[in-house]
Amino acid sequence: MLRGFNRLFALLATSVLAHSAYAEKEGAERWGVNMTQGVTEVAHTTYNLHMLIFWICVAIGVVVFGVMFYSMWRHRKSKGYQAAQFHESTAVELVWTIVPTIILILMAIPATKTLYDIYDTEEADLDIMITGYQWKWKYNYLGSDVSFFSNLSTPRTQIDNQQPKSENYLLEVDEPLVVPVNKKIRFLITANDVIHAWWVPDLAVKKDAIPGFINESWTRIDEPGIYRGQCAELCGKDHGFMPIVVKAVPEAEYTAWLGERAAAAAKMRELTEKTFTFDELLARGEKVYNRNCAACHQPNGQGVPGAFPAIAGSKIATGPLDGHLSMVISGSQQNPAMQAFGEQLSEVDLAAVITYQRNAFGNDMGDTVQPIDILNFKNKQ
Amino acid sequence: MAHGPQPGFKRWLYTTNHKDIGSMYLWFSFAMFLLGGCMALVIRAELFEPGLQIVQPEFFNQMTTMHGLIMVFGAVMPAFVGLANWMIPMMIGAPDMALPRMNNWSFWILPFAFAMLASTLFMEGGAPNFGWTFYAPLSTEYAPPSVTFFIFSIHIMGASSIMGSINIIATILNMRAPGMTLMKMPLFVWTWLITAYLLIAVMPVLAGVVTMMLMDIHFGTSFFSAAGGGDPVLFQHVFWFFGHPEVYIMILPAFGIVSAIIPTFARKPLFGYSSMVYATASIAFLSFIVWAHHMFTVGMPIAGELFFMYATMLIAVPTGVKVFNWVTTMFRGSMTFETPMLFAVAFVILFTIGGFSGLMLAIAPADFQYHDTYFVVAHFHYVLVPGAIFSITAGVYYWLPKWTGNMYNETMGKVHFWLAFVGLNVTFFPMHFVGLAGMPRRIPDYALQFADFNQIASMGAFLFGAAQLVFLFNVIRTVQGGKKATAEVWDNPEGLEWTVPSPAPYHTFSTPPAVR
Repeated sequence: MLRGFNRLFALLATSVLAHSAYAEKEGAERWGVNMTQGVTEVAHTTYNLHMLIFWICVAIGVVVFGVMFYSMWRHRKSKGYQAAQFHESTAVELVWTIVPTIILILMAIPATKTLYDIYDTEEADLDIMITGYQWKWKYNYLGSDVSFFSNLSTPRTQIDNQQPKSENYLLEVDEPLVVPVNKKIRFLITANDVIHAWWVPDLAVKKDAIPGFINESWTRIDEPGIYRGQCAELCGKDHGFMPIVVKAVPEAEYTAWLGERAAAAAKMRELTEKTFTFDELLARGEKVYNRNCAACHQPNGQGVPGAFPAIAGSKIATGPLDGHLSMVISGSQQNPAMQAFGEQLSEVDLAAVITYQRNAFGNDMGDTVQPIDILNFKNKQ
Repeated sequence: MAHGPQPGFKRWLYTTNHKDIGSMYLWFSFAMFLLGGCMALVIRAELFEPGLQIVQPEFFNQMTTMHGLIMVFGAVMPAFVGLANWMIPMMIGAPDMALPRMNNWSFWILPFAFAMLASTLFMEGGAPNFGWTFYAPLSTEYAPPSVTFFIFSIHIMGASSIMGSINIIATILNMRAPGMTLMKMPLFVWTWLITAYLLIAVMPVLAGVVTMMLMDIHFGTSFFSAAGGGDPVLFQHVFWFFGHPEVYIMILPAFGIVSAIIPTFARKPLFGYSSMVYATASIAFLSFIVWAHHMFTVGMPIAGELFFMYATMLIAVPTGVKVFNWVTTMFRGSMTFETPMLFAVAFVILFTIGGFSGLMLAIAPADFQYHDTYFVVAHFHYVLVPGAIFSITAGVYYWLPKWTGNMYNETMGKVHFWLAFVGLNVTFFPMHFVGLAGMPRRIPDYALQFADFNQIASMGAFLFGAAQLVFLFNVIRTVQGGKKATAEVWDNPEGLEWTVPSPAPYHTFSTPPAVR
């Protein structure tokens, strides 16, 4: 018995300790109970609509539960209350059919108006294509050279509780979506594999990303800031680990940023001509691997039996180079979970990651793949 | 030769008796309730704290999927069929179900379906992990190999449900005692008649959609793959054309049970019997034209959004009629609060709260913020747990003395109620908050601002789980013995089932009763 109490005490103590570990989230945000008011006009309207319906429901609830609790208190047999025997009244039935109908019509009017606003994607200043992948987002600034992937940046050690969790645990990415404020931005949303949903609560934008189809949505952000969201449609194993971060900046800053990104893209193309050393490729390859491959094939290359094959000792990573290039660049014919990375990664990164896979995890093939090899392979196809 | 049950196990294997089959359905569904409940506890244990502690994301997804499938198809639906088997013949004065051999078969294929579904947990690649709504292409091109077993078990469950509902319709339409006109039938019989039609209409649609999946996976078709000219959204339309009537299949019989219990313990007739019947029929009709409100974010044209929003809001009208009727029945009654009444009253209160969040979800622009968050999880657990589960529990306590001849332990029943009531609200109410604050559903790990409410919800879940063990213990003790029940059991209850002795003899109404 005493031991049982001790164990219970230990459990309580750990849960209290666990609490103090995330005490950085304080006050309203930590005990948040309501929808965000957001930073766009649509978000404000949605919030007001939500509150309107909520208060109507509260009012109905007060009346219905009021009558109910009153009669549960007063009309008890234990208080000697004699039951009345009334039943059936067409008039009463009509009243409680018609009154709710009128309330519903009053609700439907503002809802319809808001819906028309949300659906008006005409006359955008800027178009951004958003593509959902298992389990990351790709942003493509249409009309410019800029396109990049946005991955979760929370380290695995925090998820596995080996390190204290940072303030924006699971809501942080390596490359946020940068957008200008006060511009109408149209999002063209699609997916590459399964259905995802792009959701940022502060913008009140949630739209499914459906493979083979393009959905539209739009936003106009009022104030600069960082707005966080998550994938909202179950998309497989790491559905909970593909956050969205939107960084809204003043227009001048946005234009400068876009210029930098375009220059960086041009520089990356030049790097394709360069010959790298084995060690350079290995070091770069490890980073690329951890960002793009480790989610399925695991950081130790062992895979997940029955779901994702191992890289360590695999026939492909220790077999002829062409087979390995084809698997990574074009994906697998048999298993759609193995994506085609040819379009997702640069030639440099592809060369690095393939070199890494052929030499890490005890594969020790000893060969190097250069960016130019990747380019040649792609041109052959 | 006297017609009695066969001895031993053969009694249960060969039985064509509606009471035996009803009992088997109820025990089976309780076993599935505990299994699905254990899976829910795995989910809540993992979500007790941020970070991955107990399970990995792959297994977490299998747990959410299997929890949903087992609770919907294994716990709630068979429990209602069990109650229908026990009560419908006794309520309409029939000696048995119309098709007793088919009745036996519709039960006995169920354990096989669920054994097959559960066995996928031990297969390479694991159990289905794509959510109980199994959206393509996650459930087709990207599914684990066990998906084929999942499809087969859904087919068997569908066959069982279709046979069960054919049987119920045939019984109700053909075997009523003389004088038992349709508008004299108890509401439980009415709600089941309508539910059975819903089942016949939509279970083939479910079978169709899983068959299309099977074709896509194994036979090279592309119903749901855009690469082959198909459309992943087609899956959702077909699924929810089944899925929305399905949620009413899980609640209409509950309305019937509550409409029997409240008048008994208020000692006052139900306020509007015929309006209750019409409201049930209206809800059933509306259930066929609202399915796409589950899909407001898939990118429908605005006309579609508006139609499904308006139609969905309309459901509030007949549902309101029902709630107002129950409240008016209680008003100026002479109430006592035995365990069945406690569960029935909690049903009315909590189901109404679930109805309110349902109305909020119907508003399409607001739904863009609620969709696929914990707000939705809170909503459907508020309509299913205090809706379906509480009404089944209320029904079991209400009719258990009739089935066993013994009174259950009232104190233990009340303890069960209060533990379950507190546990349920502590579990699901905070989910409204984290959902509105932005927590998506079906995630194994979450951001730090959601930690506190998740911890509270997890504690409530274990309390709710423990409460069910009190229930199990109470039922077993009542089956074994206890204070003898009278034929009427309660204070002047209405219905033919109270005119036969307690326990109800193996065969009742071999000669039809006289109905006033």
